[in-house]
Amino acid sequence: MRIIVKCFAGCKDAVGAGSVEVDLPAGTTVGEAFAELVDAYPALASYDRSVMLAVNREYADREAVLADGDELACIPPVSGGAERHPRR
Amino acid sequence: MYKITSEYIKPDALFNWSLKPHHGAVVTFAGTVRNHSDGQRTLRLEYEAYAEMAEAKMREVGEEIREKWGIEDVAMIHRVGTLEIGEISILISVATPHRKNAFEACSYAIDRVKQIVPVWKKEIRADGEREWVERNT
Repeated sequence: MRIIVKCFAGCKDAVGAGSVEVDLPAGTTVGEAFAELVDAYPALASYDRSVMLAVNREYADREAVLADGDELACIPPVSGGAERHPRR
Repeated sequence: MYKITSEYIKPDALFNWSLKPHHGAVVTFAGTVRNHSDGQRTLRLEYEAYAEMAEAKMREVGEEIREKWGIEDVAMIHRVGTLEIGEISILISVATPHRKNAFEACSYAIDRVKQIVPVWKKEIRADGEREWVERNT
């Protein structure tokens, strides 16, 4: 399956692009996809603990399973200081 | 209205948007670009947003305010691009029949925006450094 990865701020600098497409096996989770990205773009490794990940514009757990065509976003800590658990 | 914009934000941009005849108070918060950070002089800021998600998350904050206080009339604009010192980066307006709720809700709004809305700022400093701000400010 193919997903679109959007990267912002420091993550965009680390990847060298704001948007990349990646091919992944069916059943890949959000966390596994990010690990693949770190392999491809080692500068992303420094964000492993702080980054929040979103799928189709909603914050997602790393265990969530991706589907073909999903938009995965790498969201570094936002300028005001993001929480690890953004929900109420 | 919940909007990401690259246009200059005027201080009263949301006033007429939120105000209705049954209101007795409009509380507006404007976040502005300051000229220093951690003892370093800042020349300007560059803001970047995940625009589609940022607008949805600002709307979500508005929904939280509706649930908590029953307030319907909340509006937010966040600017992106290059901002000079003193310019408004975010404007939030809350209009209510009585002022107390409007103050509380507006304070809650900016706190929540800073937690969940994906917007980033890069400091362009006088010493030549350019750095994404990735910490609690």
